[in-house]
Amino acid sequence: MISQILTAVGAMIFGVAVCAAYFLFSNKLLEIIFPAKEGGDVHRVAVNLRRRGIIRPWLFLGPAVSLLAIYLMYPVVATLILSFYGPDGNQFVGGANYVWAVNDNEFRRSIFNNILWLAVVPAACTFFGLVIAVMTDRIWWGNIAKAVIFMPMAISFVGASVIWKFIYEYRGGTDAQIGLLNAIVQLFGGTPQVWITIPFWNNFFLMIMLIWIQTGFAMVILSAALRGIPEETIEAAVIDGANGWQIFWKIMVPQVWGTIATVWTTITILVLKVFDIVLTMTNGQWDTMVLANLMFNWAFRGFDSGRSAVIALVIMIAVTPIMIWNIRRANAETKGH
Amino acid sequence: MLGNLGRIGPARLFVHFAVLLIVIIWLIPTLGIFVTALRDKDQIVVSGWWTSFSGSSRTIAVRLAGSDKATQDGANYIIKGNVFDGSNNNGSGRVRSFGLRVQEPAAYQAGSQADLGDGESLTINSDGTYLLQRNGAFAADERARRVYLTVATPPEFTRDNYRTVLTGEGIGQSFINSLTVAIPATIIPILIAAFAAYALAWMDFRGRALLIALVVGLIVVPLQMSLIPLLRIYNDIGQVFGVPSKTYPGIWMAHTAFGLPLAIYLLRNYIAGLPKEIIESARVDGASDFDIFVKIILPLSFPALASFAIFQFLWVWNDLLIAMVFLGTDKDHLVLTAALNALLGSRGGNWEILTASAFVTILIPLLVFFGLQRYLVRGLLAGSVKGG
Repeated sequence: MISQILTAVGAMIFGVAVCAAYFLFSNKLLEIIFPAKEGGDVHRVAVNLRRRGIIRPWLFLGPAVSLLAIYLMYPVVATLILSFYGPDGNQFVGGANYVWAVNDNEFRRSIFNNILWLAVVPAACTFFGLVIAVMTDRIWWGNIAKAVIFMPMAISFVGASVIWKFIYEYRGGTDAQIGLLNAIVQLFGGTPQVWITIPFWNNFFLMIMLIWIQTGFAMVILSAALRGIPEETIEAAVIDGANGWQIFWKIMVPQVWGTIATVWTTITILVLKVFDIVLTMTNGQWDTMVLANLMFNWAFRGFDSGRSAVIALVIMIAVTPIMIWNIRRANAETKGH
Repeated sequence: MLGNLGRIGPARLFVHFAVLLIVIIWLIPTLGIFVTALRDKDQIVVSGWWTSFSGSSRTIAVRLAGSDKATQDGANYIIKGNVFDGSNNNGSGRVRSFGLRVQEPAAYQAGSQADLGDGESLTINSDGTYLLQRNGAFAADERARRVYLTVATPPEFTRDNYRTVLTGEGIGQSFINSLTVAIPATIIPILIAAFAAYALAWMDFRGRALLIALVVGLIVVPLQMSLIPLLRIYNDIGQVFGVPSKTYPGIWMAHTAFGLPLAIYLLRNYIAGLPKEIIESARVDGASDFDIFVKIILPLSFPALASFAIFQFLWVWNDLLIAMVFLGTDKDHLVLTAALNALLGSRGGNWEILTASAFVTILIPLLVFFGLQRYLVRGLLAGSVKGG
């Protein structure tokens, strides 16, 4: 145990030191190669300073740009190419992988489930987040309530899976139900169920987990946006005799519409990549397969890089509109600066 | 402002009630595993965790000692013993009542004497001791008597489950593995992103706008795209240099790269918002960009660096996919999430193991979360609702 800890600490120091050393020494090196000491040839100093100015941004950006290129940009191209090749990535098979995908039942099931997730989770998180934000802003212990609802954000999906598997736990025969959901169902005279094996509906039992985790995120951001609403607009509505419901829908919601869209898209991206929950809860059994898990299965269990590449590309295509929208918005923002 | 809104409607009480209900719903799932992890493993399977505060009461069937244990006591023959002993090992507790037929498991109060007819009587005391007596001998082939007990168990909590998982189930080792992955994978991207963010915010060079757009675009690229091409690169490098392809530096780089786009974006927005005068006057005084960065930008950016550090740490600590692909699933390298996932497969019904392990995995994130919530929220807002 002790040696393990020492190795770990050593590895950490080494890793961080290498990185820090790069920035330190590359800059020192730059200054040595292009010296700019007072008293030297004035023209030379000016030239060297200009050269430093050209090179230095790239020293600063170097590690970041190379990592982005290797880990995020090259793989997009590589995946596209792999999608036209066979299982081991060596034999060109044309569009065979795409034909397979269209005809594969599990692939179609995954698309269907992904659409189900996309339809339910972002909407539910945003709606609950908004409602809870409005309500917690109105009470004195709202910050405590917010902390509790925000807390699942800190919990890993695997941890959440243990938590919720325990809630959905089913015990057969006459054994006492130790899963909360079945205990409640039994209390009201219902029959206990093996919840995560009920086709179609089990998708919703998995979605509840993500909603539980992500609502806090939506709440925090929407709460900040709500606080930015000018007081006068609400006061004017109050004077005009609007009730709480009308104020919520006709005054508050329209004014935070931009934020709602941001929250919605952020959760949409997350949903498209949802993997851990399905892996740990059902591993795609009982009709709960989603694209990310299907891709993983083909890559690391079926060892077919071509088919998994096709599935990865489908996820990529699904996020592309959001990507373009993000870039446009960021460009507009940067120009505004 | 919104306080005023609360006063106008008759809905105020309803709001308190609704929020309380939501808070309870949100808290209960986690509470369930916290409580269960502290319970005795035999109790977990016989009663719901929500009963553990009040103590539980259950009905068990017990066989008394057989005729071979009978002794003569004057004219009577007696069998003595304790219902919680030996083959009846059903745990412990206090007997509330007992019965002789399954239909009436609570026919007699503990301590009272039950008349069994034919001059035979049975007393079971609340501590489990019993006395079966008969005014005649027990036949040698007579079957031992079966009785039904209502046993009350007091609320009882234990640290045994934690001891088991930390030593026996490799969770302790995985905890260290997770730290080994998470700490460098938090610090390195911050360092790299901060330099890049400074360059993108304050240095003039060709292609800057394009690079910023690229970074924003890469924020949403799904991880799934990268897995296979990268694993191929890792394997190639491993083969060429004769080193294992799944290493800590390998996963640090992967986490760094995947965290970079968001980090650069957040930090650039923050650093670009720093006052221009400070940086320009430092330049006039002859400070190089490197000096400006280290001596001015880094200290001033502390809040933004802290928020991103928290995000990156939580994300790395909670990650399962990258760890499974780039660090592998052998026991020496298993991170906590992967260990927990393995336990879900192998110890699916052992809730004492699962809940205690789950608690260990979420302990650090929760500490970080509650300790640094202020920075976490600030980071979220900077990233998502800038100018909104």
